[in-house]
Amino acid sequence: MLSPLMIGLYIFILAVFVGFEVITKVPPTLHTPLMSGANAISGITIVGALYCARVSEPKLANILGMLAVIFAMINVVGGFLVTDRMLKMFRKKK
Amino acid sequence: MQTLIHVAYLLASALFIFGLRQLAQVKTARRGNLMAATAMLIAIIAALIDLGTIDYAYIIVGMLIGALIGGLFAVKVAMTAMPQMVAIFNGMGGGASALVAFAYFFDGVVVQQPGTTSVAAVLGGDVALTTGLSILIGGVTFTGSWVAFAKLQEIISGKPTLFAGQHLLNLMIFVATTAVGIYACFFANTPETLVSSMSLLALGALLLGILLVIPIGGADMPVVISLLNSYSGIAAAMTGFVLQNNLLIISGSLVGASGLILTRIMCKAMNRSLANVLFGGFGAEQTAMAGSREYENIKETGAEESAMLMEAASNVIVVPGYGLAVAQAQHIVQEMAELLEGKGCQVRYAIHPVAGRMPGHMNVLLAEANVPYDRLVEMDQINSEFKNSDVTLIVGANDVVNPAAIKDKASPIYGMPILNVHESQTVIVIKRSLSPGFAGIKNELFEYPNTLMLFGDAKKVLMTMVEELKNL
Repeated sequence: MLSPLMIGLYIFILAVFVGFEVITKVPPTLHTPLMSGANAISGITIVGALYCARVSEPKLANILGMLAVIFAMINVVGGFLVTDRMLKMFRKKK
Repeated sequence: MQTLIHVAYLLASALFIFGLRQLAQVKTARRGNLMAATAMLIAIIAALIDLGTIDYAYIIVGMLIGALIGGLFAVKVAMTAMPQMVAIFNGMGGGASALVAFAYFFDGVVVQQPGTTSVAAVLGGDVALTTGLSILIGGVTFTGSWVAFAKLQEIISGKPTLFAGQHLLNLMIFVATTAVGIYACFFANTPETLVSSMSLLALGALLLGILLVIPIGGADMPVVISLLNSYSGIAAAMTGFVLQNNLLIISGSLVGASGLILTRIMCKAMNRSLANVLFGGFGAEQTAMAGSREYENIKETGAEESAMLMEAASNVIVVPGYGLAVAQAQHIVQEMAELLEGKGCQVRYAIHPVAGRMPGHMNVLLAEANVPYDRLVEMDQINSEFKNSDVTLIVGANDVVNPAAIKDKASPIYGMPILNVHESQTVIVIKRSLSPGFAGIKNELFEYPNTLMLFGDAKKVLMTMVEELKNL
């Protein structure tokens, strides 16, 4: 059996290739929304943050977890909303 | 139940990829963003279900505060300030990843196994390594992004901060931080040494973030933001390794790849290598030679004469630079374009990749001013069109239209891809004065026989031109 690290590495490498393939196709017009959208996706670390903040005891690990939840949530909510705000403005000649 | 959670994570991963794919076309881009947001929601709900019945107080408080701050930023931010905001969000993502890794280490090793064991012994060597990497990359992203924000917001000078022995100092801090990190992850085995060495690693990373970004000039921020974007993704992927969560690994590497592609595009557009941007301190040494060359044979024009030239033209290309956005003149430019189109003239906008302060920034600024996106033409497509252009109007752009980049081998910007505006019939440059652009060098274009200089504030000049066009 492969170790979790090796499986993770396989997934990592494949995902990087998928990322290159998908993102090379994005036209320069959309590069700013792409970046803010991708930025929001990097807030996925919130999933990890939730596991860390699962106990509300004033202990270091839990407080760090809550702080991580705040940071990641700013990233996620702000990122997706502002991307939508930008994309709404792109329109063709009426 | 566990299987269901994993299926949800798998679904979220697929939706992220599909959403990014939809982002590749203006028509579907909004749907793509919505899809990615849905994926995030699925992932968060799955994680909450996985946690089971627990004490949600911290989670709820954290999510509410974060959503409120993020939402407020997103609604309030001006489009010109988008680079700063993306910088801050990058920093938040990186910081969150570092915090998760630190919390996981602290809870899993110091709290659960308070004895004489190392991180590697408790969590395994691979998890120990990725924990260290997550803290390192996340920490660098966090403070680096704040410095980028401060530079863009002009809280601190956009000029490169350079001092003697800077690279050596950075290298020493990097080596020391790495050494402490290795010690923290593999050798420290008492609660005291574990916490102190891991904290030192975090501090070293935070310090490195600051030191690595301060020597980079304001004009290079598009590259830095793209790179930090990539880092925030890689930090999330590393956290995925720590938690052995494939969703984090996949999404993190997608973002890492995206940031790297944009970094490469920006470097190419500026004709610089990444190493040169990161260590060059560009803009510091060149400014010295700026005043050494005077302009000769400058031809001036006025707003009225320019309006007349435009009126007679059947093909006009507008070259917008960041100066246009600073002067808040996007709307008036578009008003002028609509007037000209009403007179049967074709108007297009030529967009250089580094026209704004981040990749694609100018497109967003013009979209905000209701410029239809099919009027915005990329450099490679429009460059062959300048020779058919009757009038090319340059507003707030400078270095990206300097023919020295293709004609003068001695020029510091030689080799940089430019817009070939000098090939047009007439070039009108709206500019406050003859002061140099970011690169700090003279622009040969201003002396060309077919170039007319129109001095003044972009917005005021354009308003006069619009008035004239209405009366003609």
